[in-house]
Amino acid sequence: MSGGAAEARQSAAREIVVSASELTRTFGDFVAVDRVSFEVARGEIFGFLGSNGAGKTTTIRMLCGLLRPTSGKGMVDGFDITTESGAIKTRIGYMSQKFSLYTDLTVDENLRFWAGTYRVWGPEFERRRDWALAVTGLETRRKALVADLPGGFRQRLALSCALLHEPPVVFLDEPTGGVDPEARRDFWDLIDDLSEQGVTIFVTTHSMDEAERCHRVALMHAGRLLALDTIPRLKAVFPEGSVLELGCTGAARAVEELEGLPEVVDAALFGDRLRAVVRVPEAAAAIERSLVDAGFGPVTVRPVAPSLEDVFIRFIHEAEAAESS
Amino acid sequence: MIRRILAVTVKELLQLKRDWRTAIALLGMPLVLLMIYGYALSFDVTDIQLGVVDLSRTSASRRVVEAFLESGYFIRAATLDEVRPTDALFASEAIQAALVIPADFASDAAALRPTSLLFVLDGSDSQTANSILGYARQIVAGTTSEVLDIELGPPLEAAPLVWYNPDLKSSIFLVPGLLAFILMVSSVLATALAVVREKERGTMESLRATPIRAIELLLGKTLPYLLVGSVSAAGALFLAWALFEVPVRGSIFWLAVVTLLFLAGGLGWGIFISTLAESQQVAFQLGLLSSMLPTLLLSGFIFPISSMPRALQIISTIVPARYFITALRAIVLKGVGPDMWWQQAAALTIFGVLVLLAATVRMVRSL
Repeated sequence: MSGGAAEARQSAAREIVVSASELTRTFGDFVAVDRVSFEVARGEIFGFLGSNGAGKTTTIRMLCGLLRPTSGKGMVDGFDITTESGAIKTRIGYMSQKFSLYTDLTVDENLRFWAGTYRVWGPEFERRRDWALAVTGLETRRKALVADLPGGFRQRLALSCALLHEPPVVFLDEPTGGVDPEARRDFWDLIDDLSEQGVTIFVTTHSMDEAERCHRVALMHAGRLLALDTIPRLKAVFPEGSVLELGCTGAARAVEELEGLPEVVDAALFGDRLRAVVRVPEAAAAIERSLVDAGFGPVTVRPVAPSLEDVFIRFIHEAEAAESS
Repeated sequence: MIRRILAVTVKELLQLKRDWRTAIALLGMPLVLLMIYGYALSFDVTDIQLGVVDLSRTSASRRVVEAFLESGYFIRAATLDEVRPTDALFASEAIQAALVIPADFASDAAALRPTSLLFVLDGSDSQTANSILGYARQIVAGTTSEVLDIELGPPLEAAPLVWYNPDLKSSIFLVPGLLAFILMVSSVLATALAVVREKERGTMESLRATPIRAIELLLGKTLPYLLVGSVSAAGALFLAWALFEVPVRGSIFWLAVVTLLFLAGGLGWGIFISTLAESQQVAFQLGLLSSMLPTLLLSGFIFPISSMPRALQIISTIVPARYFITALRAIVLKGVGPDMWWQQAAALTIFGVLVLLAATVRMVRSL
């Protein structure tokens, strides 16, 4: 999905489907989610990116009506998450980190059970079941036990189980854990299709690759929302040329040298190449000279596009700097 | 509401079908337990090993010994010439009782002088000793006129008329209690794992995100086990009749109603435990302890409630098996109608409703 399309979507009359304002949840002294605010528009793929313990799952559980916020407000499809969680549950699909499938039941039996909990039955159920079987590619394995299915199939089945009642909003908590890359791609193609149909998708992940497929990404760290924007705009925090890829001899040892240079903010080793974030784009020549002087020559330097990871690390550094000052 | 309960029930039945070992255990365990305990647990004493020391050696003394052996309770285990060696036989448990007939027994009897037999007993098991003594008294009394060869005048007699269990067989008394015990333990264990299993697997989280209500989930999980419990209860009642000759004198319909009420209470209790426990292991242990001990000790199954200390009597009022056993004995042994046990049925209903309510409250709070 290109950044331009996402922006076009935003500038059109946005219908807000999910909103949080100053949403906070504490467990004893621990602040799991700290005054988080955001809005998600209809049909948007909204990514919640952060490491484990950043507060992603806690936020999702509050929005699904599974956990009461300590303070703050939240609305999902027009209903208040603290007072109208019953109504919200009929309008959302939720896929928790652990797949919500019964492995000792067959594909058909799982679909029938989850449809039953949403009171979807009869011809309506058959229509939705056929849809679920089609998108999961399980038409020929309806009688197979879920325990015997590969991870990718299970994951898509779990998603379609959460979509049998055609909810306008779907919450996916780390949906692609332990799934191979090909199955992951298929899964995200399905997410794109749903988005096209106007389904709002709220997805948490700690995978940068997956975050790249979201229309907008919220960066979460230690319960705080550090940044929220489209991927291109997030990356624009780095001026052109401030992320460099370097080739040199003895790259493994050169990392330390590189990190010690005053022009360098952050350096990391990727295979036999080095990646450095510099303070100003003009520093490239100085860095090349320093490495050659230190005996790592010949050195090649070329500017590269910043990754989402670069962006994330930069925001975390800034937040920590602000904290300590 | 019905749709969702049904969805859960169908799901549970399918899971039970896949987990056939558990299904067989749930269906078969009550039957196996009934057989094992039914045969092992008996207060009746037969085949008493008797040592015979006949110092009289007359036709009169032989008549007495025969009377003992013909009674069906005693078996001749040893024949001795003197009294002393019986000590060793008692010590090695070769005999449980010894009958000593003195040398002057026949001559005394013939002369109508007062005479007596010596009956020695192993009193280390007082219950068994009491039973044996009872049999011995009966036999001796029955042979007096025959041995003394005199016509006794009509004695003053209390003519015993034992109702409901004329042979005073302990199985008739014990099997209803045993049924209650077995059904309680198996019904509590059946559902004790039902909710905690979903918590452990992580499917509970997804269930919470659906609009399903706590009561729908709990009823949906109870119903299939009520079905399984009814089948195994019917099997156990049949076995009780076939193997232990426990009669069903009352109405089968009322028997079914009372049994269902009792099962519902046990299943509800299991569900309640399941909402408390965090792991299947804890749930299993809690279920086993809380169903087994009170049912065994405080229900009147073995120890009569009326002879318990006041405090235990009060505690026993919350043990559902107490009401079930009373009602079961009333229906099965006495063949009486609801007017005689409606209070027990009411108590079982109240227990069932209360535990399901408690479980629902627990579930709602954890949502």
